[in-house]
Amino acid sequence: MSSLLEIENLRVDFGTRSQPLTAVKDVSLSVAAGEIVGLVGESGSGKSLTCRAVMRLIDQPGRIAAGTIAFEGRDVLAMSEKQLRDFRAHEAGMIYQDPFSSLNPVHRIGRQLAETLSVNLGLGRAQARERAIELLDGVGIPDPARRALSYPHELSGGMRQRVMIALATASEPRLLLADEPTTALDVTTQAQILDLLERLRADRGMAVLLVSHDFGVIARTCDRVAVMYGGHIVETADIATIYTAAEHPYTRALLQSVPELSSAGHPRRRGGIPGRPPELGEELAGCVFKPRCAFAEPDCAEVEMTLRAVGPAHESACPKRPLAAAASARVGAGAGAGTDAGAGGSGKAGPESVP
Amino acid sequence: MTSDGHLLEVRNLSKEFALQRSTREAIRRQGQVHRAVDDVSFSLRRGEILGLAGGSGSGKTTLARCIIRLVEPDAGEIKLDGRDVRAAHRRELRELRRRMQMVFQDPYASLNPRMSVGAMLLEAGRVHHRPGSENGEAFVKAVLERVHLSATMASRRPRELSGGQRQRVAVARALAVDPELLIADEAVSALDVSVQAQLLSLFLDLRDELGVAILFVAHQLAVIAEIADRVAVMNKGRIVEIGDTATVFHAPQDDYTKALLAAHPHPDLEGRRAQQV
Amino acid sequence: MSAVDLVPGAGAPIVPAPSPSPSTGSWPRRIARAVRGMPLQAKVGAGILLFLVLLAILAPLIAPYGQNQLDFANLLAGPSGRHWFGTDAEGRDVFSRTLYALRLDLAIILFVTYIPLPIGVLVGAAAGWYGGVVDAIVARIADVMIAFPFMVLVIAVIAIVGPGVEGVLIGVPIVAWALYARLARSEMLVMREQPFMLATKALGYTDRRAILRHAIPNLMRAALIYSTLDMVVNLLLLASLAYLGLGAQPPNAELGSIIADGQNTLLSAWWVATLPGLVVVLFGIGAGLLGDGLSDGRRHGGSV
Repeated sequence: MSSLLEIENLRVDFGTRSQPLTAVKDVSLSVAAGEIVGLVGESGSGKSLTCRAVMRLIDQPGRIAAGTIAFEGRDVLAMSEKQLRDFRAHEAGMIYQDPFSSLNPVHRIGRQLAETLSVNLGLGRAQARERAIELLDGVGIPDPARRALSYPHELSGGMRQRVMIALATASEPRLLLADEPTTALDVTTQAQILDLLERLRADRGMAVLLVSHDFGVIARTCDRVAVMYGGHIVETADIATIYTAAEHPYTRALLQSVPELSSAGHPRRRGGIPGRPPELGEELAGCVFKPRCAFAEPDCAEVEMTLRAVGPAHESACPKRPLAAAASARVGAGAGAGTDAGAGGSGKAGPESVP
Repeated sequence: MTSDGHLLEVRNLSKEFALQRSTREAIRRQGQVHRAVDDVSFSLRRGEILGLAGGSGSGKTTLARCIIRLVEPDAGEIKLDGRDVRAAHRRELRELRRRMQMVFQDPYASLNPRMSVGAMLLEAGRVHHRPGSENGEAFVKAVLERVHLSATMASRRPRELSGGQRQRVAVARALAVDPELLIADEAVSALDVSVQAQLLSLFLDLRDELGVAILFVAHQLAVIAEIADRVAVMNKGRIVEIGDTATVFHAPQDDYTKALLAAHPHPDLEGRRAQQV
Repeated sequence: MSAVDLVPGAGAPIVPAPSPSPSTGSWPRRIARAVRGMPLQAKVGAGILLFLVLLAILAPLIAPYGQNQLDFANLLAGPSGRHWFGTDAEGRDVFSRTLYALRLDLAIILFVTYIPLPIGVLVGAAAGWYGGVVDAIVARIADVMIAFPFMVLVIAVIAIVGPGVEGVLIGVPIVAWALYARLARSEMLVMREQPFMLATKALGYTDRRAILRHAIPNLMRAALIYSTLDMVVNLLLLASLAYLGLGAQPPNAELGSIIADGQNTLLSAWWVATLPGLVVVLFGIGAGLLGDGLSDGRRHGGSV
């Protein structure tokens, strides 16, 4: 496989050896060159940690307890400090939700950008400054030469995020890790940033691992999606398949919970998913989604959370495929898709199971 | 008292914040002002859900806070059931405030960390002498039921609850004083989608069962689409468009509304398939 | 804070809190549970302090000799089975003196730390909540108190009242309240923008209820953490004053004066100054650990 990034059986623990609190349980994921892969999940799913693990940016008390992360065939987890620094500087870049955290508030942004270039690419001062302005232009900042003299707090959220993207992509990395990059932004700005990421992919062939809790963002930009729940990946497929033929009950329930503009005028009463996601430290037997799944059966407590192929480039962790069965029944009966009650809550749940 | 059945009427409401660039400007009382709320007017009927949409900086949260005078407006009129909110003092203000309760955005900061759920609900009921609040346990149980939480929640502290549960408690606290209007200030924005949908369903239930009107402030248009009868779109402190949700979202008149709708992320599945082929 | 800042689950702690404690139960039980929930550091610190307090309380019972009991046979004797801490130049048992001194000092410290605390917190919280003129006045008075050289003020009071414990008991609280007031005020300035405090306004609660019932229970933690540091500072202040001859007067034993007395014989009879000194150090360690341990619990986690 010519995967750019290959994560296998990743496990991230917090806590002690005797009581490991496992946040990322057994995650395997790959990103091909030039591909935009989305990692979607709710809080506690482990998606942010998975993303940060690629750059080995997991802070104490967390640690990468098992698994391999291969970038172009090289094991990131086995890299020395120097190799890791080079990797972070040249081959992979990362952007976060809060652009402020990467920018030093007391330095002008042009200078910070130039500094990165000097250090990572060995450019001289004048050269670095020029290149910095070019980069700012490349991420769509108007009047870049003047803007380079601004301080971070003088820029809007969207601009700061662009600067962060410029910083992260300055050395033309082949992979960009984006952890909730648009969550703190306005809808209009969000759209612009996503467009920018797509343009960078088109121009440079840069791959992106985009982590988000927002399905809309994922759907707009990503080629493929991996859905995470309770520290596991429960489904992977390309975007169209996920929307039209999601296999895992959680994916389907999640999609049905997503609010849609088209509901305007007739509130749909979606109801969400009864219950709440498992907490760190909660060990569940079998399928982690079982307590909330509308299709759960007693023997789901023995299911192993591994991905099984259910179609071309489509994997799901649910061995029972209840939705496929329902779909074929519907097709057989000649009914259309779209309005099924399916997996997911039907409004009111019992008081105790309420999230 | 009531005028045309409108529960809440807001007329020409304005709020400015001074932006002082330097001490000299401050002394001379110069400098720019930021018009957070600029001459806003709208009304809300009983049992109606009005969405208040707009990007960050549009003024929607400031507007919401002005209505209950958490922030004092500079100009304009606010009438709850015909009574002048701005002119009210102390006792009258308290009573007016009781009738319009707010639910805040951050589930992790909207509940007092040191109070148990039951204690905070009971306090609200007792301060406002709600019928039934003399019997602590029964009162708390009844309020919790209205938000589909069991009575066992009463002894828990906020830190033991999930985000969704905390927001329910926040709603319960608002309901404990029998309000006629709920102002949800981004109340579901910090929740996971699957939990968000539950809370939206709860709000609809409350409107149907208790007849509360809701002013629903949110930056996500889709969320507003799921719940609001009418919607007001704000930009730079002004309402640029207001009308039935379906009308505004399907046939927007104002450019800003159009831009917001266009920017809303949606999967362009047809376009994608074309790309891949 | 802009409305779109939060990722779902953003405020939730990464590592879950230890098993949830029901808020029911009698006072002793709730305290016991709170103690069990404290980090190890704080427990160790609290243990040390508790140990010292017990020693102080039980001093009359445990001390093998009286404060000023003279043992002529053993002047400047080293630590032994008969005199655990040895004896000083006048034949007094250093261990017993240390115990009585600890008793006196701890009593004074607890007074001068925990009397100003509630007063200062209340004033500071009110100032922070109301803002405006009230805040301006309180803040300026507090600033003046804090800016004033502490020792000078206390010595001035002693000059009026006369040497002895009274001077400290009066002088320190006059300034100490200001420290707590300033602390409470700055915490309140932040806290009053928190949704749960805004909610008290939206719910129509009186200012009094908002401050006393809602804000202060949350402010106390910061004040208590600070008080551990304050206790140590006060102990050192006491010791310094005694060293100067201005604190507790003989024949009352006081840690500072014991150490001062032992200064002359530091090289020949090290135990007279050093062992009581170590008790002071032990107190400082205990208070420091407790303060650090309690303040660790205040950090917030990120998203998973």
